[in-house]
Amino acid sequence: MLMSVTERYKEIGTMKCLGALDVFVVELFILESGVLGLIASFAGWLIGFGCIYLLALGSHGWAVVGQITFVQILSRLGIVMGIGAVLTMIATIPPAIRAAKMPPAMALRTEI
Amino acid sequence: MAANEYVVRTKDLCKEFTMGGQVLRALDGVQLDIYRGEYISIMGPSGSGKSTLFNMIGGLDKPTAGSVFINDVDMAQLDAQELAYLRCRTIGYIFQTFNLIPVMTALENVTLPMVFAGTSTDDCIEKGIKLLNLVGLGERLHHKPSELSGGQQQRVAIARALANDPAIILADEPTGNLDLKTGTEIIQLLKRLNKEQGVTIISATHDLKMLDISDRIVWIRDGKVERIEERSQLDLKVGQLEGQ
Repeated sequence: MLMSVTERYKEIGTMKCLGALDVFVVELFILESGVLGLIASFAGWLIGFGCIYLLALGSHGWAVVGQITFVQILSRLGIVMGIGAVLTMIATIPPAIRAAKMPPAMALRTEI
Repeated sequence: MAANEYVVRTKDLCKEFTMGGQVLRALDGVQLDIYRGEYISIMGPSGSGKSTLFNMIGGLDKPTAGSVFINDVDMAQLDAQELAYLRCRTIGYIFQTFNLIPVMTALENVTLPMVFAGTSTDDCIEKGIKLLNLVGLGERLHHKPSELSGGQQQRVAIARALANDPAIILADEPTGNLDLKTGTEIIQLLKRLNKEQGVTIISATHDLKMLDISDRIVWIRDGKVERIEERSQLDLKVGQLEGQ
C-alpha cells in the first residue's frame, strides 16, 4: 500500500488544492485498500481452498465430499476476508496520513 | 466591495529551501498587492521563484517568513480545515501539467471541487455541464482525460477551477505544455473569463503571448520583484518584440 499511496502523491496534491480535507484523503485510501484486501483475500481463499480440496480428493477419493459443511466453508471465507481487509486497511493508514499531511506544493512536485 | 480593493497582498514574503545542507532563498522579501478583477502575469526566467510565489499565494506551501493576505485574511492564521475551505471556494488552480484525475471523466473532474464544497449531486452536474459548455467542451462531458487533447484537458482544468465561483484563479504556466495556437486559445479563454466574470487571474508564466492581455506584469528575478509594469507601459515593448 506504501507504493500505491506514493505513486499518487500528485493526485492527492491536486485533490487538496480543490479543497479536500486531510481526513478525506485518508478515508479514500482506507476504503480503496479495504476493497483491495477483500478481493485479494477472496482470491486467496479460492485458490487455497480449491487446492486443499483437490488434494484431499486425490488422496481420499470421493469420501471427502460432504465432510465439511457449507456453513463451515462460508465461515472460513468470512474470517479470511475480514482479516485480509482489516490488515490492508491498517497497512494503509501510516502512508495515507503522511501523504495527506504533506503541503500540496510538495505533493504536486513529486514525480514518480 | 470597493473597486480598488486588494484581493491578494503579500508582505515581506520569504521562502527558503534547504537542499543538501545549503540554504536556497527562493523568495526574498516579495511585496505585492493585487487588485480585485485584475489580470496579472508573473514573469521571470526558470528558477526565479515564480512557482514558489504561486504556491505561497495559493496556500499550497508555507512561507519561511512574511505573510500572504487573501481578502485581508492572513493565511498563516488559518488551520488546516480553514485552509481547505479557502482552497475550495476562494481559489481556483490551473497547472502546467493539467493535473486532472485520470480515472474520472471530464464532468466528474469538474464536479469534484463542488463535491468537496458539499453541493448536492444535481446542482453539481447542472453546473458542471454549464461550465464545460462555457469552455467549449459541451460535447465531451463523459470523456476521460486520456481521451482528450492537451488543450481540451486544460479547458477541463479551467472549468474545474471555476467550479465554486472563486475570486481568484491561479494559473501556473497554463500554456507551458501546449502549442502556440492552443496556448493562445487558452489565454483568450482566461481573458474572457476575467472580463465576463470579473475573476482575478494570477498567472505565472514565461509565455510572451500573455503580456498582451495582462493588466499588469510582475517581473521576478532571483526571488525579488524586479519591476511591475502596467500594460500601457508595455505596448511599446511588444511592438519592439514583434518588430525584431
